[in-house]
Amino acid sequence: MTQTLAASSVLPSQQTDRANALPVAIFLILALVPFGAAFGPESYVLGLFTRVMVFAVAALALDFICGYGGLVSFGHAAFVGIGAYAVGIIGAHGVTEMLVSLPVALLAGAIFAYLTGTVCLRTKSVYFIMITLAFGQMAYFIAGSLAPYGGDDGLTVRLRSTLLGFPILQNDRTFYYFVLLSLLVVYFAFRTIVYSRFGRVLRGARENATRMATLGFDVFSFQRVGYVIAGAVGGLSGFLLANATEFVSPAYMSWQRSGELIIMILLGGLGTLHGAIVGAAAYLLIEETLGGITEQWKLIFGPLLVLIVLFARGGLLGLVDRIRGRPGRG
Amino acid sequence: MDWSTEFVEGLAVADPVLQLNDLHKNFGGLVVTDGVTLDIGFGELHAVIGPNGAGKTTLINQISGLLAPTAGTINFRGTDVTDLPADKRAKLGLARSFQITSVLPRFSALENVALAVQARNQTSYRFFGRADHEQPVNDAANAALAEVGLADRGQTLAAHLSHGEKRSLELAIAIAMEPKLLLLDEPMAGTGHEESARLVSVLKRLKGRFSMLLVEHDMTAVFALADRISVLTYGRILASGTPDAVRADPRVIAAYLGEEME
Amino acid sequence: MSTGLVVVQILNGLQFGVLLFLIAAGLTLVFGVMDFINLAHGVQYMLGAYLAVAFYALTSNFFIALLLALAAALVFGLLLEFLVFRHLYDRDHLEQVIATFGIIIFLNQAVKTVWGAAPLTLPIPEIFSGSIILMPGLLYPIWRLVIIASGLAIGLLLYVLVGHTRVGMLVRAGATNARMVSALGVDIRRLFMIVFGFGTMLAAFAGAMIAPILSVEPGMGDTVLILAFVVIVIGGIGSMRGAFLAALLIGLVDTLGRSFAIDILRLVMPPSPARTVGPAIASMLIYVLMALVLYFRPSGLFPARGR
Repeated sequence: MTQTLAASSVLPSQQTDRANALPVAIFLILALVPFGAAFGPESYVLGLFTRVMVFAVAALALDFICGYGGLVSFGHAAFVGIGAYAVGIIGAHGVTEMLVSLPVALLAGAIFAYLTGTVCLRTKSVYFIMITLAFGQMAYFIAGSLAPYGGDDGLTVRLRSTLLGFPILQNDRTFYYFVLLSLLVVYFAFRTIVYSRFGRVLRGARENATRMATLGFDVFSFQRVGYVIAGAVGGLSGFLLANATEFVSPAYMSWQRSGELIIMILLGGLGTLHGAIVGAAAYLLIEETLGGITEQWKLIFGPLLVLIVLFARGGLLGLVDRIRGRPGRG
Repeated sequence: MDWSTEFVEGLAVADPVLQLNDLHKNFGGLVVTDGVTLDIGFGELHAVIGPNGAGKTTLINQISGLLAPTAGTINFRGTDVTDLPADKRAKLGLARSFQITSVLPRFSALENVALAVQARNQTSYRFFGRADHEQPVNDAANAALAEVGLADRGQTLAAHLSHGEKRSLELAIAIAMEPKLLLLDEPMAGTGHEESARLVSVLKRLKGRFSMLLVEHDMTAVFALADRISVLTYGRILASGTPDAVRADPRVIAAYLGEEME
Repeated sequence: MSTGLVVVQILNGLQFGVLLFLIAAGLTLVFGVMDFINLAHGVQYMLGAYLAVAFYALTSNFFIALLLALAAALVFGLLLEFLVFRHLYDRDHLEQVIATFGIIIFLNQAVKTVWGAAPLTLPIPEIFSGSIILMPGLLYPIWRLVIIASGLAIGLLLYVLVGHTRVGMLVRAGATNARMVSALGVDIRRLFMIVFGFGTMLAAFAGAMIAPILSVEPGMGDTVLILAFVVIVIGGIGSMRGAFLAALLIGLVDTLGRSFAIDILRLVMPPSPARTVGPAIASMLIYVLMALVLYFRPSGLFPARGR
């Protein structure tokens, strides 16, 4: 199989066995983490990897729309924040049932995506980046002005979501597996979608939207549906985040958060899906490790990002490929 | 204008697939299409020739819906499509190829064509099931590839095809749409002698199956293929008629054909 | 809502708009000519403010400090261009976003490390301190008027430079069609460096000028950066005229919105919800404005890039 082109559009099916082995390995490791954690600072490790998976869910959605749809959204954190606020606000009114808050979180992300997508998707390239960024900021400021729900200070989620009244997420380990399950479902959902007819149209539009239009595809509508899917999954990530941190804040929606999500998918390799998980893990673990070494970790982290862009095209996985002398993917 | 309509009326088509009615297009002060009226009959291969900058591609862009005309109407199979976007026109049966190759580079040749099949074949809002495993779609796509001589290149990424192969792929994509009208914007552009002779024979086979509007610089190809020819200069139709009539038209010879026909 | 208050807020809006213009001008040039998204433009504004503070501490003269800060910012900007940015011009936007994001992370932290996290201040230069009487009973700080005047002067300067010099001609041509300019045999790298250096100085100038009336702190460039992007997107990327008009528009809308949203809402709703909803609406006003502009004109008000 030809692999000399940029990584992004090579479908998982077109990759080698290794590429299929990688997702399996990733999920296996994630499934085993709690067992390893039992021997160390358990709640710290569980918390860290829960956070990794929560952001991986959001990064997957971003990789879907950006890596496969070619739509560089710089406001993705808004969906996460909206999902988190759905949990926070519903919780503030005494409802913790996830059969309520989860659909609301998904729906809120989807609706926000639909409304903003209707405007954003009329624009192209740089304008799209900027306008998604601006809508993200808009969501951020709205959240900050929600005085009844803590305004800039955010609000505490007093109780993790319950299922049919049972506090199933109260236990950290159970919650961990709940997040893992969510990640697994999202991963396979996206994998299915990118192979499907819809996914093919989305990928085609990334390559050449004009050509797709002359084939008879209403590119705008397809992209908007893709954007809405990404928004809903972003909302899911927010639902998980609110439960993980037991706190909701406008900071979840800041443009720096959106930037971090982009970094994650770029770190892992754009348009690979499992790369989004690797990228989320790499980002948060680097942050955690450097943060453990020095308070000034950002002095190292910033230049590291620059170096990665300059020298590691195709993300960390691409770098691994090249070091091992495989035909480059990017 | 008045003199050119003689030709059109002499060959007036009863049931046109496409009618351009006094089409105008300005870019700022620049007039690129200046009152084009044109009918294409069912099953006809109509060639549009003219010097560079005559507005041929602009005309095709207006017909296919990538550019909005400044004035005038476009009627396709009895529907006024002037204000329809490109995708709606494609759905009505309008296919086009691009002068500058416009295939999806990171898709295989087969997938390029399969997308065209998929576009006319039920909904694409299907989120489950692998699109590349849909046998009926792949069969139709392979058939189109075979028609242009790319039968064994289906698995190659479009970016890796040779220039001539890409031109053929453009054609296969258009065919696979099973259109009612095929707009071909210089299908032979940049191909060598051998390649363009091959493309001519492909087009000959397609003739009659589709109505076609062919924009082409290769005069040998045009005169070998066309039922009628319209000559476009400065955005206007200078003359329109059978190849023989156009070849004999003194105005055409003076304005355009003279030097090219030696 | 007295007339006096409205006048003051309009002036504040103008001053804010002028500030945004100084930042957006460099951004839109770099963007238009090099097709380069420089998120780090905001930290260059921050750096201008910090350098002014630092040089003031050494020289105790605002104007010398301003000049030194501009020179230092230019050197630093060109160094960044040499080390990082020039390797990114032909990369895709996504990579540019990440790399310049990395520089933001670094510089925000570096500033914190060098000067501390606490906000710093810079005194207003003696001769421009105090206020003048605009109308009876209405005082307005002179320094803010100086900012407005210098911003407008720079706007005029840019108008002349871009409209009537050879470099300006190349810049305009570059914003319309970069490939054509390099095909003309122009040393595009040098043009890029000039444009980039100039943009950096403008941002640093804005930072130094605003430092006396704003607290100088890490991260101060981030918010301004987003607003500058809003400005150039509304104005049309690469268009100096668009950036100027959009900057004033955004400055006025934002300032007036924040000042009067509650008052206006009280005309149509009871005071209590007005106090809650007002600030929310005020803070999202400019984004709504941008959405509206882009909905009707997807390439901004004055698109520079031809099709």
